[in-house]
Amino acid sequence: MADLTTTCAGITSPNPFWLASAPPTNSGEQVHRAFDAGWGGAVWKTLGQPIQNVSSRFGAIGYRGTPGVGFNNIELITDRPLEANFREIAEVKKRWPKHAVIASLMVETREEWKEIIARSEDAGADGIELNFGCPHGMCERGMGSAVGQEPKVNERITGWAKEFARVPVLVKLTPNVGDIVPHGMAAQRGGADGVSLINTIKSIIGVDLDRLVPNPRVGERSSNGGYCGAAVRPIALHMTAALARHPDFRIPISGIGGITNWRDAAEFLALGASSVQVCTEVMLRGYRIVGDMIEGLNTYMDERGFQTLDDLIGKAVPAYSDWGDLDLNYEIVAKIDANTCIGCQLCMVACHDGAHQCIHPSPNAEVRVPVVDEAECVGCNLCQIVCPVQGCITMEQVDNGHGPASWNQHVEEGAVLRAKKGSHG
Amino acid sequence: MKPLAADRSESAFEDGKPAYTATQAAAEANRCLYCYDAPCIKACPTAIDIPTFIRKIGTGNLRGSAKTIFDSNILGMSCARVCPVEVLCVGDCVYNHMGVPPIQIGRLQRYATDAAFDKGWPLYEAGPDSGKSVGLVGGGPASLAAAHRLRMLGHAVTIYESRPTLGGLNTTGVAPYKMPAARSMDEVEWILSIGGIEVQTGVSVPADLSWAELERRHDALFIGIGLGPDSRLGAEGEQLSGVQGAVEWIEEMKLGLVDLSTVRRALVIGGGNTAIDAVRELRGLGVPDVRLVYRGQEEAMSGYRHEWLAARKEGVSAHWGTQPVAFRGEGRVQAVRCLKLDADKRPIPGSEHELEADLVLLAIGQGKLASLVQDLVGVGVSGGRIQADSRGATGRLGVYAGGDCVNGGKEVVNAAAMGRDAALAIHEYLSLGA
Ligand SMILES: Cc1cc2nc3c(=O)[nH]c(=O)nc-3n(C[C@H](O)[C@H](O)[C@H](O)COP(=O)(O)OP(=O)(O)OC[C@H]3O[C@@H](n4cnc5c(N)ncnc54)[C@H](O)[C@@H]3O)c2cc1C
Ligand SMILES: Cc1cc2nc3c(=O)[nH]c(=O)nc-3n(C[C@H](O)[C@H](O)[C@H](O)COP(=O)(O)O)c2cc1C
Ligand code: SF4
Repeated sequence: MADLTTTCAGITSPNPFWLASAPPTNSGEQVHRAFDAGWGGAVWKTLGQPIQNVSSRFGAIGYRGTPGVGFNNIELITDRPLEANFREIAEVKKRWPKHAVIASLMVETREEWKEIIARSEDAGADGIELNFGCPHGMCERGMGSAVGQEPKVNERITGWAKEFARVPVLVKLTPNVGDIVPHGMAAQRGGADGVSLINTIKSIIGVDLDRLVPNPRVGERSSNGGYCGAAVRPIALHMTAALARHPDFRIPISGIGGITNWRDAAEFLALGASSVQVCTEVMLRGYRIVGDMIEGLNTYMDERGFQTLDDLIGKAVPAYSDWGDLDLNYEIVAKIDANTCIGCQLCMVACHDGAHQCIHPSPNAEVRVPVVDEAECVGCNLCQIVCPVQGCITMEQVDNGHGPASWNQHVEEGAVLRAKKGSHG
Repeated sequence: MKPLAADRSESAFEDGKPAYTATQAAAEANRCLYCYDAPCIKACPTAIDIPTFIRKIGTGNLRGSAKTIFDSNILGMSCARVCPVEVLCVGDCVYNHMGVPPIQIGRLQRYATDAAFDKGWPLYEAGPDSGKSVGLVGGGPASLAAAHRLRMLGHAVTIYESRPTLGGLNTTGVAPYKMPAARSMDEVEWILSIGGIEVQTGVSVPADLSWAELERRHDALFIGIGLGPDSRLGAEGEQLSGVQGAVEWIEEMKLGLVDLSTVRRALVIGGGNTAIDAVRELRGLGVPDVRLVYRGQEEAMSGYRHEWLAARKEGVSAHWGTQPVAFRGEGRVQAVRCLKLDADKRPIPGSEHELEADLVLLAIGQGKLASLVQDLVGVGVSGGRIQADSRGATGRLGVYAGGDCVNGGKEVVNAAAMGRDAALAIHEYLSLGA
């Protein structure tokens, strides 16, 4: 069994699976149950001046019968008294000394930051997370993403937190920016011990077409909310990797956004996160999902011979390169396995209408297995993506006699590129 | 243990529910709602955490999926094939309330457990040696489940089995289109792979080995001897050749060769699951005319409705309200003399008639073996069943029992649950006694 012991930004936990700051970490009673189920850490629902929430609060989109593929919320930070939250943090820490309990905080003035950090530490929090990410409501009050979008403000407040805190400080970044790197760098300059990302993405989940009011509806109005859940994972993965590969960015990352199972988590770790946080999947299915996450990650690591998380963390980062350094002479083509093909011809319509018109009906009218014109196939993957049968369409490398040559090598050194395919010139 | 014969009549059968491909398994697994406190778990006698094992198939954690199944039911591979899921887990899937086809839990369970067998994942280790030893009488599902759990808890175990092979009716009885004997033997091997389970075949208790001797050898005993041979009608001519007990015939068919070349018409007497299995097996082996003869009406059959409908589809017909009273033939059976019964199962005067047949199988129940335990003072027997509490304890200290010999004949999964639970009770008993 691999060792899943985790250290992220100096905060340790028995495994890398933390609950993100959100409804699943709203109270001590919940966090006790979560740790019982196996979660390694919990970032407490953001503490600050308790607010009043609206009803309703959430919206979601489903896709072909799967509800909650994307999720949206317009709730704010904690609405529970601070005393109750701190008392419960202390109780949780007492019962779970080895688990990570991180206080997520959001206040305004320097004095307020000083006081709430001190109270968090007194309660026994192992770290604090500065919520610079909430993209609705709190930002209208000058907090949340209003801070996260301004590197200077981010750096200043992070600096305050570091001045007051003895425990590690994580800065939770907002994805509502053009480029995440300056914001990660601002947190690093402010002295942060690590960053957490992503918080939710500014969104409108849909519109009630009968009333002509956006969702989720609060009476006859709505507001933009924060988008999260499985649908945001690719955005979060990119932002994680963008920081992880940046040569000047050196602090640890706690990866968040659309994680639903051990595979998703492993992908964040491979792209440089040293712990992961989950909100939506737990809201949709409960704390119990962590059993499979722990077991699945363990099995994967055992199969790969990875003994500790360090053997996995960041291992896919070096392969994340600029487009200009990709090998333009690398060539693959689609192969269809006639034995497993069910004759739906989804690949054919996709290739014809959405790619390069190189999958054709079989010359034998009795046969529904299409044929690939390999001379025209550009190797785009579209047919494989639409194929409903696992392993039926494979993308296989062909030897075109050319050595590797990237665009940059072509421009700078005159490297020879293979002839273009599928451009129907 | 004796290996199976290479030539077996059961080999003629194809898989009734073939294995899922990876694509099929993923599609079905992803359809599961992952219910909380799920009704399917409650419907499973071994309470497998079904939503969790299915979710693990979906995430690609196949090894963990198999482990979730085996943790509750070490016979999860055979149960996946032989359980009447329509009336157990699948029957309680919430999709039934939505008018949507229920999740095919058995087939998904087969997908995960077959993978564990194929890959040979070492999922279990014997526990640290407890210094205690348990003897198990009978080597069917109940004893196998008990033996495995006892080994996990570190106890030495010995199985005493009268037949040459283990697996009980899982090997000798279940319909080959559900599971052939060879697959049951794979399961036996997989269970024994935990190590340290001693097996003595060809030992019939108490004829070959007395209870007193067993109690001398072991710190506790588990009795899992199942049911006895097929019951007989006691009718005239029953000794003719071609009149045979159904369970006995099924065993011959599964473990060896049965010759049906001269059989044009076969009758199976009874209305339970063994009767339905037998008619389907006879049809499957090519007997042109196969009929069920049952004293009750169709609605009153004790066999599962879905199984009977399948038999009918395969061309089996039935004589309802019909009671055999004698067998006619010279050396070999030629006809069965029958009476018609009314709704209250009273003979209808003047209804006597003959049904021609070259083979008659009696599927009217199995005798109870409980008389074998009469020397074990304190072990109660009632209606032929051994009396045990909900965790398998009999009235005699240190003697436990489970499976068909206690419940009077249910399913493999019930035997698996009873064996497992008795092992836990035995463990507590041995730990206290230490
Ligand atoms: C024809 C038939 C088909 C069936 N089909 C299904 C099905 O599809 N699905 C399902 O779930 N269930 C089915 N069942 C029921 C299922 O097989 C039993 O419920 C289950 O096998 C009971 O397990 P057990 O361990 O209690 O007993 P058994 O399986 O009967 O095992 C008892 C073992 O003890 C041995 N034994 C008996 N006496 C002695 C002795 N004196 N000394 C030593 N050993 C002894 C026997 O040889 C046998 O190996 C079927 C039963 C029959 C008869
Ligand atoms: C209902 C809801 C409430 C949230 N509240 C907070 C919060 O109080 N503080 C915070 O930092 N993030 C909050 N988040 C954001 C999550 O912590 C997380 O960053 C985001 O949902 C992305 O992860 P996911 O895709 O796993 O849900 C909230 C998210 C949701 C859905
Ligand atoms: S989930 Fe609970 S709190 Fe939310 S609307 Fe339903 S019942 Fe109310």
